[in-house]
Amino acid sequence: MESSIFRFVLRHSFRQQIMLTLMAAASFPFLYAFYEVPKAIVNDAIQGGTTFPVEIFGVELGQLAYLLVLCALFLLLVVVNQSFKYSVNVYRGLTGERMLRRLRYELYSRVLRFPLPTFRKMSQGEIIPMITAEVEPLGGFIGDAFSLPAFQGGTLFVILAFLFIQDPLMAGAAVSLYPLQVYVIPKLQRRVNRLGKERVRLVRRLSDRIGETVQGVPEIRVHDTSNFALAHFSHQLGLIFGVRYAIYRQKFFIKFLNNFIQQLGPFFFYSIGGYLTITGSLEIGTLIAAIAAHKDLASPWKELLRYYQMKEDARIKYENVVSQFAPPGILDERSQIDDSDISTKLQGELNTANLTLTDDQETSVVDGVSFRFSLDQNVAIVGVNGSGKDELTLLLARLLDPSAGSISVNGNDLSGMSETVTGGRISYVGPQGFIFATTLGENLFFGLKHVPLIAPDYDSDQTIKREREVAEAERSGNNSFDIHADWIDYKAAGVGDLVALRQEALRVLKLVDLGPDIYDLGLRGTIDPDSHPKVAQSILKARRALRERVAKDPNMSSLVETFDRETYNTNATVGENLLFGNPVGADFAMDSLAEDEYVLSVLDQAGLKDTLLSIGYQVASTMVELFADLPADHEFFQQFSFISSEDLPEFQGLLARVDRSQLNSVEAEDRIRLMSLPFKLITARHRLDLIDEDVQAKILDAREIFASSLPDELKDSVEFYDDDRYNSKANLQDNILFGKVVYGEAHASDKVGELIAEVIRELDLEDTVGLVALDYDVGIGGSRLSGAQRQKLAIARAVLKAPDILILSEATASLDAAAQLRLSPALMQEFGNRCLIWSLNNPALAENFDHILVMHNGRVVEQGSYSDLNKDNTQFKQLLAAV
Amino acid sequence: MSLNEEVDLLRRVPLFSNIEPSKLKLLAFTSERLTFRAGQSLCVQGEIGDAAYVIIEGQCDVTIDTPNGSLTLATVGQDDFVGEIAILCDVPRTATVTATDEVTVLKISKDLFLRMISEFPQMGVEVMRELAARLERTTIQLREARIAAST
Repeated sequence: MESSIFRFVLRHSFRQQIMLTLMAAASFPFLYAFYEVPKAIVNDAIQGGTTFPVEIFGVELGQLAYLLVLCALFLLLVVVNQSFKYSVNVYRGLTGERMLRRLRYELYSRVLRFPLPTFRKMSQGEIIPMITAEVEPLGGFIGDAFSLPAFQGGTLFVILAFLFIQDPLMAGAAVSLYPLQVYVIPKLQRRVNRLGKERVRLVRRLSDRIGETVQGVPEIRVHDTSNFALAHFSHQLGLIFGVRYAIYRQKFFIKFLNNFIQQLGPFFFYSIGGYLTITGSLEIGTLIAAIAAHKDLASPWKELLRYYQMKEDARIKYENVVSQFAPPGILDERSQIDDSDISTKLQGELNTANLTLTDDQETSVVDGVSFRFSLDQNVAIVGVNGSGKDELTLLLARLLDPSAGSISVNGNDLSGMSETVTGGRISYVGPQGFIFATTLGENLFFGLKHVPLIAPDYDSDQTIKREREVAEAERSGNNSFDIHADWIDYKAAGVGDLVALRQEALRVLKLVDLGPDIYDLGLRGTIDPDSHPKVAQSILKARRALRERVAKDPNMSSLVETFDRETYNTNATVGENLLFGNPVGADFAMDSLAEDEYVLSVLDQAGLKDTLLSIGYQVASTMVELFADLPADHEFFQQFSFISSEDLPEFQGLLARVDRSQLNSVEAEDRIRLMSLPFKLITARHRLDLIDEDVQAKILDAREIFASSLPDELKDSVEFYDDDRYNSKANLQDNILFGKVVYGEAHASDKVGELIAEVIRELDLEDTVGLVALDYDVGIGGSRLSGAQRQKLAIARAVLKAPDILILSEATASLDAAAQLRLSPALMQEFGNRCLIWSLNNPALAENFDHILVMHNGRVVEQGSYSDLNKDNTQFKQLLAAV
Repeated sequence: MSLNEEVDLLRRVPLFSNIEPSKLKLLAFTSERLTFRAGQSLCVQGEIGDAAYVIIEGQCDVTIDTPNGSLTLATVGQDDFVGEIAILCDVPRTATVTATDEVTVLKISKDLFLRMISEFPQMGVEVMRELAARLERTTIQLREARIAAST
């Protein structure tokens, strides 16, 4: 990257800067005219300082007409000047924003190319503010970089020339201190700059500290070191405070000095100019003109000084950021963007010669390792922690560059290949694979997205929009790949299209022991029946099959209460019974049903309003009775109470205030509060005996009214339970069940779950359910999956792209022993005559591998087959014995 | 059956006889009421237990597995309390409890049970009394068995 901001600006926006400067220059004559015309208006047109009629372009004008013409000209100049200003500003903004975009892109692309050890020294907390906040002001400066000094300098020059023409002595005196300013200010400014650099560094450390705290909160809490953390933070804030305060002092001192010197000008005008006028060698008119001109001088001069400060600030920021983003060993840009053919398989023999990796303390972590094996073999790497096996796998995966020695495949040096080739043909999974915050499927397909392959189907408007985006991206030196294109390399995964890929994904997920998990996730998943009509159909089929099974078996029929429009479901909440459907969006959200006007009008019509209010009152008094004595943080509140511990005192007050017989006159707020309670009641579960058959019948009436008089604008706010329709707001399991599991029957959920599984098996819907799981949102960092699921998913992702070499570095170490034992043969079989390199935490697992490398202190001390190595007095035997 | 009826039932159970009604109501409200059909097991010997049961209605056999097949130790019925050993001392279920007819129980989770005991020492005493009585019975049975074996 360019080492200084000016080089960066010139290299990438030379033409724009020239344009801006020319635009500034072009505005000078108009600006001059803008000052000139009022003079003519006052002197000539109004005061009649010229002889009329005046002849302009052969037309003779009287005084009044002349005035009007001049005024029109003045108006025109106002428009012209402001238009100039507008277009210069817009163009300047555009240039600045493009350059900012380019800079951020460049920095981000550099992060992607950092050698891995850099991230040990540089944390998220440092990198993020650099790319986001710190470079932001640079955009503004870049627009001004050349045009501002040109414009303001030009103005200054014109005014100075004017002053010197009036009287050289006086003008000279007025600007006599400018050289001093030019000499002193940079010196002061340099001190501010140093402090500025310090401030940037400190703030970066502060954000690093905050990031560390966020990640380490459990440690801080468990060891009660929050005081230590706070003291540390306070210390850092103190340092920043000191620096910022010093900056303010310096900055305002500079300002003081500037203003002082500026004000010296009038002093000289009054004294020297006054003296000259008294002695008669200067006319008073000229003095006044000179004072006015000097006043105009102030603004460009100030602007130039401000520019100087801004320039220094930008220079420091730029240099500071850029130096951080150029760590030694950063990858070449071309290694990520070439168009090498990735279809050539890596085959033949893998050969390492004297492979060495030294860490930043010059210790050899991998020390002159040489070995060779054929790429149709499975290779195990074993050794104790710190033996260098982890680093060896990173070298083989090309995530680290060797300090010396080479890795070659069939005679071709691996480090000479671009990431395009290795990224396509080699997979690597470490002890903790990273899962991105998207769906399970997208995580799986991640390894297949190298370049956009199939352009999206745009209509003509979208095409134009897209072309504009591309043009703009290219102007800022960004890549113009379309994020909306289909990036998935189906061919690499050995399939033809997305449908086949999803099937293949399912196969791989089962291979890595995620089969049951995927089934569960799928059952809890939702689908859009419009885009997956076939799935919806099969689920409806399963619903019917389940219904038949349940009806046939009296033991089962007592466990499920099916939704029926004509009957009250005692295992569903009052709210669910009323809506007889799932709310869509916020209109009928279960928590706020009592606030909805339409719901209230329905309840009113069904004669339920007072009933529910009274039930709400009873629920509230029961809750207060049951929970009032419990401490506020008692877990029962969350598990059982209808009223949270924070709200309990309010309800206590309400109950004391309002008598049950006066519920009609209760205030609106209290009414909502009370009425929201009964909607959560489940008759079978809560056993409060408040929803008796009479109330149930009324709720059924309300259900009918709710559905029949639902206004059109609310029709999309509820998805009704409909036996013949797939409910898009309910998950697959609830759609199949189409009812509620009955409370109070032993093992009911388990039995119903088993029955659903049986039905799904019989209808051969397991894959359908599994495929739905591919759309499951895994949460930030995969937080909605368990640790084992995340790790298996990472392995599945590496397998799905069908690499020639799969490198696993203790990738299953975090799984339980049984899962490890299932995974290992499955993966070996999958990789048949491809290459599987596995750094094992448990050497006993090495038994079935073709070739074993035993690492010790960075060297390969033994290698061979399991039977070769499993002999007395071998290192391998010792490792086996140590487990 | 409503919550209030359940509270009345619970008061008949010796274990809870000294606990104030509002706390019994909380116990009833926070416990799950379950129905077991004849033949279904409340708990199975050797499994990990996470709950104890108060039998509200119906009868159960308490059996243990022996090398000679299963041996019925006792029959429990209304107002009896079963399954507390596994949750008191974190051992697997010591016996199998099987419903002989339709049985309704109140399932009290381990957390809730331990919490009630710590909050109501009276209940702890009742649990001790019950366990002591059982120990006494077991001791008598053991003595009789010894005498029978020696003669």
